[in-house]
Amino acid sequence: MEATIEVTGLRKRFGQIMALDGMSFTVMPGQVTGFVGPNGAGKSTTMRVILGLDAADEGRALVSGRPYQSLRNPLSQVGALLDANALQPSRTARDHLLWLAHSQGLSAKRVDEVIEQAGLGSAARRKAGGYSLGMRQRLGIAAALLGDPPVLMLDEPFNGLDPEGIVWIRRFLRSLAAEGRAVLVSSHLMGELQDAAGHLVVVGRGRVVADTSVADLIATASSDQVTLRTTARSEAMTVLAHAGATVAATDRDTLTVSGLAAERIVALLSEKAVPFSEVAAHRATLEEAYLDLTRDAVEFRAAAGPRATGQEAAR
Amino acid sequence: MTTATGTPYRSALPPGRDRFAHLLRSEWTKFRTVRGWVITTTIAALVVALLGLLFASGSRSTCGIGPIEVACPTPPVGPDGEAVDDTFYFVHRSLTGDGDITVRLTSMTGIITYPPPDHDEIVPGLVPWAKAGVIVKDGTREGSAYAALMATARHGVRMQHNFTHDTAGRPGVVSPASPRWLRLTRSGDTLTGYESADGTRWTKVGTARLAGLPATVQVGLFVASPGDLTVKQGSLGGSIEQVRFTQATAVFDHLSLRGATSPGEWSRQGVGRTGDTDWERYHRPAGLEESGGTFTVTGSGDMAPSVDGHQIERLLTGALAGLIVVIVVAVMFVTAEYRRGLIRTTLLAGPRRGRMPVAKAVVIAAVVFVAGLAAATVTVVFGRRILVANGNHVLPMSWLTEVRVIAGTAALFAFTAVFALALGALFRRGVAAVITAMVTIVVPFILATASVLPDGAAQWLLRLTPAAGFAIQQTMPQYAHVLRHYVPAAGYYPLAPWAGLAVLGGYAALALGLAVFRVRRRDA
Repeated sequence: MEATIEVTGLRKRFGQIMALDGMSFTVMPGQVTGFVGPNGAGKSTTMRVILGLDAADEGRALVSGRPYQSLRNPLSQVGALLDANALQPSRTARDHLLWLAHSQGLSAKRVDEVIEQAGLGSAARRKAGGYSLGMRQRLGIAAALLGDPPVLMLDEPFNGLDPEGIVWIRRFLRSLAAEGRAVLVSSHLMGELQDAAGHLVVVGRGRVVADTSVADLIATASSDQVTLRTTARSEAMTVLAHAGATVAATDRDTLTVSGLAAERIVALLSEKAVPFSEVAAHRATLEEAYLDLTRDAVEFRAAAGPRATGQEAAR
Repeated sequence: MTTATGTPYRSALPPGRDRFAHLLRSEWTKFRTVRGWVITTTIAALVVALLGLLFASGSRSTCGIGPIEVACPTPPVGPDGEAVDDTFYFVHRSLTGDGDITVRLTSMTGIITYPPPDHDEIVPGLVPWAKAGVIVKDGTREGSAYAALMATARHGVRMQHNFTHDTAGRPGVVSPASPRWLRLTRSGDTLTGYESADGTRWTKVGTARLAGLPATVQVGLFVASPGDLTVKQGSLGGSIEQVRFTQATAVFDHLSLRGATSPGEWSRQGVGRTGDTDWERYHRPAGLEESGGTFTVTGSGDMAPSVDGHQIERLLTGALAGLIVVIVVAVMFVTAEYRRGLIRTTLLAGPRRGRMPVAKAVVIAAVVFVAGLAAATVTVVFGRRILVANGNHVLPMSWLTEVRVIAGTAALFAFTAVFALALGALFRRGVAAVITAMVTIVVPFILATASVLPDGAAQWLLRLTPAAGFAIQQTMPQYAHVLRHYVPAAGYYPLAPWAGLAVLGGYAALALGLAVFRVRRRDA
């Protein structure tokens, strides 16, 4: 069975709130899939349903073709990091990994391997209660890797990491995907996934808003908007409108033009001798593309008020 | 539309197997790697041992004759090894080989000294277990084997042997109008008792086998009258027990013997303590008056198991304090995971959820069983030595009973831990689970044994609540033929030891079952 995560038509209601409303997507092996959406969009709930911790009202979630609860050696099928703070503070990091290893019939040797892999080193013999959030994330990743699983699922692994740690984890996730693993990484900040994810599942209001490669998403979002700086605002507007563009005045000497490519704008203005100081073709960042997509979801969130996810409530 | 690259990942690790043993090992690793839990469990054991040894060193018995201190006398021990009270008036002669003794009992009367309500006079009367009849006894040493057929004041005819055995015969009260014929037959090791209303038609009451009874025994008449026990409810709860001297007088006639008996006068002897009360000195001493074939025998005392001395379970009173610590550890073992969210990691590692509470229960039960076993063993073994060294008499008991008390205390720990852990998994809140466990185990036990409740209520508490499990520590059995204040405060439980432990075990199993059900049903 190919290592994948398949989610089909998940619905789950918490009282009045529809946490999942027809969530469907597939995570393929060999790449990092970013799972993004604003807080409360249903990312953590989806992950808990996939892992059999929560039961969905409708739909199904399969890991490598099977429901999680039917897996017999779950940690060697899926590695998951849900909540880096879920630790017994008085237990050392190594002992935390040791009981997990024992639950799967794995040895202490394997524990030492993942400690090295996650870069915990000698800190592993310290009590986990004294760990920074960044160290806890590394410990959580070590735990996810314990069974050397073909599928990895990490919920907000960038939280609390310093810039160096973020760079490390991006590179690490890419290398894990390059080995042929399916890697699903959630985040509420698209910027964190930049350079790490090859594919994106964007969610809002409990459903998938976009399921696309990163390149496609940026291309879609980068509509042909051009910023034009000119002292002859009204002439420029007339000329460009005649040529079929939509023009909006954004400032005293700035126009935003859409519907025409930058080269065509330069040609038209030069032809009519309209003075201009700057023409800038605008290329959307991943962040902007994402904000564009999730605007609805954010509005929903503002209307519903801040809602604690189960994971946050447990902290 | 996706751009998967390369081949799917294949782990180089050997495929593991899904085994419950892995889960157990994992939970054990969890337990031993939290130092606080290990230390607390050790404290539970130390509390039991320290309180027990402290109690032992604080107990001291001294005996003296006048100002001179002497070693305290050791109470007699019966043929089965238990401490006994063997006090009665004995009119006897020896019998060698088989034979029998037959007699008619026509009257039983007696006195009770200063009974309630006014405690100001000596009144005529008999206590229910005042007894008179025929007896075959292995000599006159206190504690030696015997079988006796007797009439009692309120419990009819009885056949009793070796202090702990009692068989009922025909009920009814002896009087000159309604006499009892009694016959006791020896045939080898077997003694058989018969009774009759007229001396011609006989009914068998019972048989006793006295293994190793020598060829020559003492045969004769006896009279005993136990102390008059009354229990008064104390004004501040609790109860006040009083025991007063009593004396019984029985009139026998038609005495006949068959077999090789010694010739001459009947020997007469007060076995055990007799004759030191003012009543006996100035009014009526224990003894025999014989005239024209009528034997009037007067005596006091009882032939019964004794509870004068230290019961070893009293050394284990610290078990209650230890149990409180055990409850806290067991609850924490599961609720700490809910508090930290660690429970999700546990359930990810073992998605067959119902196994989680079971694996935890097995581990915590094993851990506290070992701790309890070590604590109880040390406490009983060394506590007894200290008690004996301090001149105390420790009631003897069989090694089986001792093992039962020690292992039972460990089992009490284990079952309580399972119960508490299951409550923790049910409530997911440490405080709620600890309080519930305390209210159902510790509080009923304290209420029932601190004699703040009426006896009936105390007994029902120890039948119905998980506190019934403490019965496993009881060493002194209750005897229907010995009148005592059999209440929890005195160490007597309403349920048999194993039945009491089974009640606690039942509660633990029920709670664990509910926990499994709940863990499987709810989102984590």
